[in-house]
Amino acid sequence: MPETLIAIDDLVVEYFTLRGPLRAVDSASLTINQGEILGIVGESGSGKSTLAQAVLRILPPQARIVRGSITYRGRDLAKMSEGELKKIRWKEISMVPQAALNALNPTLRIRDHFIETAKAHGVADKRGVIEKASELLEQVRLDPKRVLSSYPHELSGGMKQRVLIALSLLLDPQIVILDEPTTALDVLTQRFILDLLKELKERLGITMVFITHDIAVIADIADRVAVMYAGQVVEVGNVFDVFYEPLHPYTRLLIKSVPGLKGDIEDMRPIPGSPPDMFNPPEGCRFHPRCPWKFEPCDRFDPSLVKLGDGRIVSCHLYTDKRAG
Amino acid sequence: MAEPILEVLDLKVYFSVKKGIFSSTKSLVRAVDGVTFSMKEGDILTIVGESGCGKTTLGKAVAGLVKPSSGKILFYGKDIYSMDKKEYMNYRRNVQMIHQDPYASLNPVKTVYKILSTPLLRWGIVSGEEEARRRALDLLEIVGLTPPDYFINKYPHQLSGGQRQRLIVARAISVEPKIIVADEPITMIDVSLRLGILDLLLDLRKKMGLTVIFITHDFGAARYFSAKGGGDIAVMYLGKIVEKGPAESVIQEPLHPYTKTLIAAVPEPDPKYSRTKERIRLRSLDIPSPINPPPGCRFHTRCPLYMEVCSEREPPLVQLTNDREVSCFLYTEFSEKKA
Repeated sequence: MPETLIAIDDLVVEYFTLRGPLRAVDSASLTINQGEILGIVGESGSGKSTLAQAVLRILPPQARIVRGSITYRGRDLAKMSEGELKKIRWKEISMVPQAALNALNPTLRIRDHFIETAKAHGVADKRGVIEKASELLEQVRLDPKRVLSSYPHELSGGMKQRVLIALSLLLDPQIVILDEPTTALDVLTQRFILDLLKELKERLGITMVFITHDIAVIADIADRVAVMYAGQVVEVGNVFDVFYEPLHPYTRLLIKSVPGLKGDIEDMRPIPGSPPDMFNPPEGCRFHPRCPWKFEPCDRFDPSLVKLGDGRIVSCHLYTDKRAG
Repeated sequence: MAEPILEVLDLKVYFSVKKGIFSSTKSLVRAVDGVTFSMKEGDILTIVGESGCGKTTLGKAVAGLVKPSSGKILFYGKDIYSMDKKEYMNYRRNVQMIHQDPYASLNPVKTVYKILSTPLLRWGIVSGEEEARRRALDLLEIVGLTPPDYFINKYPHQLSGGQRQRLIVARAISVEPKIIVADEPITMIDVSLRLGILDLLLDLRKKMGLTVIFITHDFGAARYFSAKGGGDIAVMYLGKIVEKGPAESVIQEPLHPYTKTLIAAVPEPDPKYSRTKERIRLRSLDIPSPINPPPGCRFHTRCPLYMEVCSEREPPLVQLTNDREVSCFLYTEFSEKKA
């Protein structure tokens, strides 16, 4: 059994908005295991980024963890003080945020990004930081001499993304969370980054959480997959199991809705209906209005998480024995 | 042989940009640099390429939204820039463009009815408000926004991304165009709904006999759309078409090294296959600037199969078989001197 690094249990995150509360993450349970690439896949609004932000407690001010725990090394990140969190962020768990290509300060040279990041986390040895930065930039196949003295605008999108990956590794974290790290990149740059991340994971033995809306990218890079829909984790499992024997109807249909370059085009089709309005989600299973397999309990009762062995988890009434009602 | 509805001949679109904020010297961006193709009524052409390859500029030029620097666009054999005003307005009505962002393409203070009735009334397709309303309801039904009565008085912000894009399609077809240019119409839409928009366009093409140009960076979507509709795929690189042919033939047996490299790099929704696809290593990861494209073949700085001739001369786009065109010296006799 792989060692569990982070255990998220029954996590609820709400946003407070003018239209009222919005439950972005709803009763999510998930583990992050040592040495794996965990892929979290979901459409926009599924709660995948909010879930990641909750782990590092970097939620926007209008969002709040309402319930649940995030256990890391026997301690609950959800209840930890800011002071204690500071010791963990970046040093133990780091993040490459979404829209990272705009995350670099345009007035700072790349070298200063490394120095400032280290300083913010209590590392003042500039020379040591630059040495480490050069080493990391080489790891992501950038020329340290050129890149360190450049400003962000002098770098291409793919180069900036690699700088951010290097920056996230600066303090030797055990876990790196990457939120849509290849979304704005061209196909060839995306391929380079995907292969690079796999290599870094092997070489450095780090654990990665890879968040994306693109199920093909997940198929390519993840060891384990968590599928999210409307704020909930609906299916978890080994990447091969999830793709070749998807259990949850949403997963089954999502895989068919992404056109690949092989396979029969006649088998590909969109999912009927639309993702729910998160201010007013459907009763019972969130997916039931779009689900071709729906039966009596689906529009009345929330399906509970069913554990099926081999680390597979699914939240669907098709797999629950107690068919209520 | 039916007469082509659209012919694009050696089309070039250059933009001049200042070199710096304080600089007075200007340089030319060669966004589209010599593109030729023709389409018959009901044809489907997908233009696929990475960002900066000129695919959007090409689409805008065809829709009359950008004026070409040189070259010709013929509509039923007539040069659109030698048309009189009435003919030209007719052309503009006949070519409708669907843009990428369904959130920015709709006026937020107009209702669905207003959005659909404005073009109907302006082009005199309906005689009055009452007929406009009936026609708007029909259009909503056609694009799958049902029941139409539910949608007709809504504002854009009350619709989801997918519903907005359907409304944009309804507006585009309201003026009964002959050609639709759809520029990345699914990029900003939820993954699970994307094929629904492509299916809608294919369905309308069948029902209305539309000619469709679909512009995308996504090879999977390109294949789905063109293969399902029996159309072609053209691959663009730095302002030029490097390869063109029937969809499945281009995807399953790519000829140009650029197409081969891209297809090998695309992640697939199948873990075993995606992880074992053969990798093709490029000589350089960076795309050269369209301001100063490499001499000879534009791909030669990155091409794994680079030969000396590639940096010296530009390979012409040649007809290799009945339906395949490619621009690469691997497939061309380059011993004979060509201009």
